[in-house]
Amino acid sequence: MGEWMTVTDPDLSSESKNICQYTSETKMSPSSLYSQQVLCSSIPSSKNVHSFFSAFCTEENIEQSVSYLDQELTTFGFPSLYEESKGKDTKRELNIVAVLNCMNELLVLQRKNLLAQENVETQNLKLGSDMDHLQNCYAKLKEQLETSRREMIGLQERDRQLQCKNRNLHQLLKNEKDEVQKLQNIIASRATQYNHDMKRKEREYNKLKERLHQLVMNKKDKKIAMEVLNYVGRADGKRGSWRTGKTEASFFLRNEDEMYKILLNDYEYRQKQILMENAELKKVLQQMKKEMISLLSPQKQKPRERADDSTGTVISDAEEDAGELSRESMWDLSCETVREQLTNSIRKQWRILKSHVEKLDNQVSKVHLEGFNDEDVISRQDHEQETEKLELEIQQCKEMIKTQQQLLQQLATACDDDTTSLLRDCYLLEEKERLKEEWSLFREQKKNFEKERRSFTEAAIRLGLERKAFEEERASWLKQQFLNMTTFDHQNSENVKLFSAFSGSSDRDSLTMHSRPRQKKPQNMSNGSPVCTSKLTKSLPASPSTSDFCQTRSCASEHSSVNVLNITPEETKPNQVGRECANQKWSMASRPESQEGCYSGCSLTYTNSHVEKDDLP
Amino acid sequence: MNFSEVFKLSGLLCKFSPDGKYLASCVQYRVVVRDVHTLQILHLYTCLDQIQHIEWSADSLFILCAMYKRGQVQVWSLEQPEWHCRIDEGSAGLVASCWSPDGRHILNTTEFHLRITVWSLCTKSVSYIKYPKACQQGVSFTRDGRYMALAERRDCQDHVSVFVCSDWQLLRHFDTETQDLAGIEWAPNGCVLAVWDTCLEYKVLLYSLDGRLLSAYCAYEWSLGIKSVAWSPSSQFLAIGSYDGKVRILNHVTWKMITEFGHPATINNPKIVVYKEAEKTPRLAPGRLAFPPPRAAAGVASPAETKYEIASVPVSLQTLKPVADRANPKIGIGALAFSPDSYFLATRSDSVPNAVWIWDIQKLRLFVVLEQLSPVRSFQWDPQQPRLAICTGGGKVYLWSPAGCVSVQVPGEGDFQVLSLCWHLNGDSLALLSKDHFCLCFLETEDRVGTAFGRPGDHT
Repeated sequence: MGEWMTVTDPDLSSESKNICQYTSETKMSPSSLYSQQVLCSSIPSSKNVHSFFSAFCTEENIEQSVSYLDQELTTFGFPSLYEESKGKDTKRELNIVAVLNCMNELLVLQRKNLLAQENVETQNLKLGSDMDHLQNCYAKLKEQLETSRREMIGLQERDRQLQCKNRNLHQLLKNEKDEVQKLQNIIASRATQYNHDMKRKEREYNKLKERLHQLVMNKKDKKIAMEVLNYVGRADGKRGSWRTGKTEASFFLRNEDEMYKILLNDYEYRQKQILMENAELKKVLQQMKKEMISLLSPQKQKPRERADDSTGTVISDAEEDAGELSRESMWDLSCETVREQLTNSIRKQWRILKSHVEKLDNQVSKVHLEGFNDEDVISRQDHEQETEKLELEIQQCKEMIKTQQQLLQQLATACDDDTTSLLRDCYLLEEKERLKEEWSLFREQKKNFEKERRSFTEAAIRLGLERKAFEEERASWLKQQFLNMTTFDHQNSENVKLFSAFSGSSDRDSLTMHSRPRQKKPQNMSNGSPVCTSKLTKSLPASPSTSDFCQTRSCASEHSSVNVLNITPEETKPNQVGRECANQKWSMASRPESQEGCYSGCSLTYTNSHVEKDDLP
Repeated sequence: MNFSEVFKLSGLLCKFSPDGKYLASCVQYRVVVRDVHTLQILHLYTCLDQIQHIEWSADSLFILCAMYKRGQVQVWSLEQPEWHCRIDEGSAGLVASCWSPDGRHILNTTEFHLRITVWSLCTKSVSYIKYPKACQQGVSFTRDGRYMALAERRDCQDHVSVFVCSDWQLLRHFDTETQDLAGIEWAPNGCVLAVWDTCLEYKVLLYSLDGRLLSAYCAYEWSLGIKSVAWSPSSQFLAIGSYDGKVRILNHVTWKMITEFGHPATINNPKIVVYKEAEKTPRLAPGRLAFPPPRAAAGVASPAETKYEIASVPVSLQTLKPVADRANPKIGIGALAFSPDSYFLATRSDSVPNAVWIWDIQKLRLFVVLEQLSPVRSFQWDPQQPRLAICTGGGKVYLWSPAGCVSVQVPGEGDFQVLSLCWHLNGDSLALLSKDHFCLCFLETEDRVGTAFGRPGDHT
């Protein structure tokens, strides 16, 4: 478009503008709404146009202007304004159609151009604003750059300063260290000097002492003496024996003997004590082990669907070990040989106990879950909470075990340092192994949980469905009963039979979909109800009016008490039996642990229905 | 709790006989022997000079009275009042005198520690031991009286000699790896000898009876070391109090440290009971408060009664700032004592002079702290049960047992300042010693003790 525009002369462009103005006027004029406005605006322009046109085309130069236009238009690729001449001489005539077409096309073109121009202008505006924006951005970024540069310089400066400081501090530290070294050297030298002096002084002192001793002793001091009235006997009654050269050796030997005897006695005493302590500890260990075994053995007897193989083997191992170790002779062996076995077996037992406890925990949590079974669905949240709780518990257990192990290790270190350093490695390995085991166990638990949850949801859905069915059935049954009561007085016995059959089956139906042997009865039932109704219709007048209905009802109410009395005992018994067996079936199908909760739920529904029945009349 | 009348005393010299029947006390140059129960004077011996030291022989038959100034020792017999014995050390002088465990020999240390003279009462024989070391605790007898260990110094090297007491024969002689040995002590079972170095160096050496070095223990270096050492009666523990204000307890199997008891000035643990001695303010009902206070009560400066209060934690104890530029600074653990059943350890930190710390040895933790109003002079365990008697140099005696504690005013005219105390063998009486007097304090028998002491809550 733009190119096309550039081709045109400036005259022409202005001309076309004018044209456009004109056209716009013409175009706008039809719109009645803005007519006034348009008129106002168009008045001056129309004048202008007129003057212009008068300039271009006059009465005289129509031909020329037409031809000029034709020429111009053809150069721009429009069809000629003239009719195609048949002969060369014949004067070509102006083709109005072509002129109009051309004009139309020009107008269309003009409109397009205008649109394009508008677009371009808006684009230009947009670009202008974009440009402004970008320029702003640029300025901002520049500023930022500047500030960051400044910051960087500041940081560099600080870094430099810090480094400087650091260097100084290093220097100071070095100086201090030197000083310390110097002082230490001084101290050491002083100490040696002091010691030296001390020794010298002491030697002098010793010399003096010696001298004094000699002086004092050599003087034959008369004063040094003891005055005793008479000598007293020894405390032990022996005569004071004074050693002579001959007996001295034997005395010495005797003393030595005695000393060693005393020492030996002491060591023996201590050994005895240690032995006793050991025995006590062993006893405790043994007892613990026995208790563990007794605690764990019933677990083995109980067949469990979830008892994993690993623990099973461990149990058998432990039993074996227990059998070995419980032999009294083992306990009298020295510690080194027994220790390893003992610790190993204890550790095994402990692991079993732990897994057992964990299992118990699982069961407890399961029971908790069962408790929730009364409600239709176990919410996902509860489930997750439970798992979280379990995880926490496992974590706690782990920690506890860890601390216990540490304590054990400490105990071990107390008795022996070397062996523990050896043992520590195995402890680590064992720990890892155990962790792995625990992980696998945990994963399994998780899986089980998933499974259970799925089964729960399924069961819940089923329950919902069943309940709905039951509800429907009950409704129908109620209706029927009602009808029965209102209608049959004479058919009572039949009615009762029907009730019992119905109620039993209906309950069962509500509880179990897959009780195969009893499937017949519900079929009967389904057959039965139409029969009943047919009977009803038979007994009733062809079209029972409401008044009739009321009548029959009041009739029945007289009878109803009897009816109820008759019905209830007969009805409940088979009912209950059927329900119970149904219960069993149901619980078998779902899960063994759920019996209680389910049973209570069922009994609840049962009593409800019973009450309703009683209320009915 | 009953108190006897007050008797005269000099030099804090008052001792129960080892068999528990007699009580010997000194008044200037006289020795008075009384019956413990009746307190009647049984014997009265007069010495040549003022007595500076008395000691009962192990069989309670003789009393040794040392007069260091004169360089003489006099021995008196209980069985034969006319019997007498006088030992004169002559110009050599005398600085210490003690009985040998058999009660028939007297060991006299001459001045300058030139030698130890062993005088026999059975024969007129004298033997000498040369080179005894002048130190805090240089002689130690085993509890069974068989052996004596003696610290010696020869050629600038410490040695220990072990003698057989029956014939004073040298059994073992070995040098110790100490800079300057400060003390030795046998374990109660008589098989291990603890040897510790001077306060300049923390070092404890443990020797077997036959002279083998069992172990050496050093807690730290470059600082003042050991101040006090005590064996537990079971020989199981060795408690070492040091200048860093800690007690370290070694075990008898590996001779390594079991635990370390610090003595912090503030106690934060709520499990620890802190008994604080407080002056009892006379509680008067507000209505009955007489306007002019009764003259009698106000005028007589009677010592205020005190009671124990349980302080609520955290408690900060009164501490003494040690003077840095003087010798023997008041820091570190100055006194340690195990209870006779080895269940408790009582300690005193010299920088917290008013407090006695009682540690539970079974649980190896601090059990009770008693804070007195004045610095603790001394404390001693009842020989029969875990009961601690404390004196602070005031007119009161303090007793602690696991059931609680009491402060008892010593009755009598004037001020009776209890400077020292000693228990009778069976633990039912206690001798309280002041500068010029002493009295006996009789405690209730076992079954009444419980009610007398009461609970920790109702302490008076």
